[in-house]
Amino acid sequence: MLNRGSSLGGVLGTLWVLVSLLEVAIPPAQAQNAAPAAAPVKLGIVSFLTGPAAAPFGIPGRNGAEIMIEAMNAGKVPAPFNKVGFGGSNIEAKYIDEAGSAANVVTEFRNLVQRDQVDAVVGYVSSGSCLAVTPVAEELKALTVFYDCGTPRIFEEKSRAYVFRVSPHATMDSVAAARYLLAKKQDVTSYSGINQNYAWGQDSWRDFAGAMQVLAPKVTADKALFPKLFAGEYGAEISTLLTSKSQILHTSFYDGDLEAFVYQEQARALDKRMTILATTGEAAMWRLRDKMPNGTMIGGRGPHGPLAPDSDLNRWFQKIYTDRYSIPPTYPAYQMAMSLLGLKLAYEKARKGDAKPTTDEVAAAFKGIEFDGPSGKVKLAIGDGHQGISETAYGTYRFNKEKNEPEIVDIIRFPAECVNPPAGINADDWIKDGMKGAKC
Amino acid sequence: MLTAFAILIDGLVYAAYLFIVAIGLTLIFGVMKILNVAHGSFYTFGAYGAATAVAIYFDRGLPDAGGFLLMVLFAMILGLALGLILERGVMRLVYGRDEVVMVLVTYAAFLVLEDIVILVWGPGSYATYQPLLAAGNIEVGELILSNYDLGLIVVAALLAAVSYWALKFTRYGMLLTAVIFDRETAAAFGINVRVVYTVTFVIGAMLGALGGAIMAPKIAVTLGIGVEVIVLAFAVVAIGGMGSIEGALVGALIVGICRAAAVHLVPQVELFVIYGVMALVLMIRPYGLFVRAQPRKI
Repeated sequence: MLNRGSSLGGVLGTLWVLVSLLEVAIPPAQAQNAAPAAAPVKLGIVSFLTGPAAAPFGIPGRNGAEIMIEAMNAGKVPAPFNKVGFGGSNIEAKYIDEAGSAANVVTEFRNLVQRDQVDAVVGYVSSGSCLAVTPVAEELKALTVFYDCGTPRIFEEKSRAYVFRVSPHATMDSVAAARYLLAKKQDVTSYSGINQNYAWGQDSWRDFAGAMQVLAPKVTADKALFPKLFAGEYGAEISTLLTSKSQILHTSFYDGDLEAFVYQEQARALDKRMTILATTGEAAMWRLRDKMPNGTMIGGRGPHGPLAPDSDLNRWFQKIYTDRYSIPPTYPAYQMAMSLLGLKLAYEKARKGDAKPTTDEVAAAFKGIEFDGPSGKVKLAIGDGHQGISETAYGTYRFNKEKNEPEIVDIIRFPAECVNPPAGINADDWIKDGMKGAKC
Repeated sequence: MLTAFAILIDGLVYAAYLFIVAIGLTLIFGVMKILNVAHGSFYTFGAYGAATAVAIYFDRGLPDAGGFLLMVLFAMILGLALGLILERGVMRLVYGRDEVVMVLVTYAAFLVLEDIVILVWGPGSYATYQPLLAAGNIEVGELILSNYDLGLIVVAALLAAVSYWALKFTRYGMLLTAVIFDRETAAAFGINVRVVYTVTFVIGAMLGALGGAIMAPKIAVTLGIGVEVIVLAFAVVAIGGMGSIEGALVGALIVGICRAAAVHLVPQVELFVIYGVMALVLMIRPYGLFVRAQPRKI
């Protein structure tokens, strides 16, 4: 039988305990439902951290991400990027190695999106990786920003909703290379090429030779060599080129292969017979230093590094990067910085109040975005507003013995509309069709 | 005429480089019947060892010859150490197992060693060009040849001669030949096969490291160089016949000349020509040029 007094006391006591428990439980739930403004933005940063592409591309890209994210979280990026993190939300980055097969790359992408629940993925050096990840990103509706890969095919094959690329694609490099060559060497009669035998090398040569055919049909292509990627030994190729009458040698070789080629050709004085046109040479100049032949025509996949326009933001970025890593930032670092700034702007444009914007809202804000970064102005003007175009620049390499530093001189800048295809036209078709609509 | 001469020289240079790498691989297979995937790591360590030696020695105003010797010395020491550690520490535990298991063990060793390279030398690449440029060049008509490349041919020729002499005219060489032909009979005659294994594996490792050291001045020493070279070395060994030194020499010459000819005359097939030649040879001689079919023992 219940004791009325103790029963009431027991009920009150129980009620008191229940209320206490609820007081503890309710505030966190309320906080969760309110999606606090301080909730971090999680980014997956993917780049080559091991393997031959790590030193020239992957690690500078990773370093660019690290330094920019730190600066963003501290609110130290110059205006208009001076909000903390992304619109007040701190950025948490997870760094993933891009090395491995395409299947590995896709698996890691899925892990980032589905297991780690990142808000966006920024990364990818290899065009193969970008091509593999794109359909998966669209399938998972995962906001993805490619920072370095160059293939034009990403947005030419199909419209994309969640994939973006702030960095212009490789066609710009090759067309600008042809324009620079013809501006600096009007008397050229023949050119040859040595490019790696895979998509990047083949596409680079195709676009360069195609642009030369349009701009100077009387100039002939002599040797077109395609050694294996990372072959390392180029003796036969150098012999072949030594017997050529070409004045110019086009190459899209990058760091490891470019270094090996430069050392081997220097031992055999090929650069005394041909001027080298290295479309990605900027990434290697700080390592090659006085070993890169003076007079090499040099590009940097866009207006990056010494080819970047002078601005407060560029000087700021160069300083923080050099202070941290003891070497100036090369173009992969710039490309990563530009990609993160573009994403930051899109995020802040999409954000309303304290609520975290959805992926679709950020994607809508990202589409067609235009901004000024350390590499100058970029606009996502092609690929249905998902692919960036910018001006680019080429120059001539010289090792300054007095300063004991590499430098690029005789820089020529090419407007974005001069070296990028217009919206709605495939890069290859644009070149074959005589680059109609180019505004130089 | 000039093109023919260029093909010959380029072919010999490429063959020299392949032979130096492949001879160690074929020796290990011939004696131990192990397809040693970790051979690529010996090459890699040799290259990084040479890079370290160059960084220490060159640009100090010392005679260049000392630098070359130091490069080779560093590489050989690394090869010796690696060979001993791998053979005594890992391989001896799996002798007698299925060949697939042996390959997997060497592949695992290769992966571990690649990560050790990152731990010791970091993920960046190393420039080791000083010996290459110090050697100078020589003009032959329109061609300019690197003295370093010509030296490579001489080194490979010497290595081939020394290997031939050692196998045919020294006691140890005869023991090795006996083990290559029939391990069990050799053991039955009192040859300490385990010691032969260890010595052979270490020699193979040192030769692999030597290959890396010699190539280091021509390439950017970076991760992944072992993978590239091991694929080529396998093709050479497959053409010549597993376990045959003469086969490695002839295989390297065939690959070198064919590749050089392709680059000069039909560059579009350069990638394919090595493997095309290998396939052709194996269609006619399934065990390689210098190895006959072995009767199966029951």
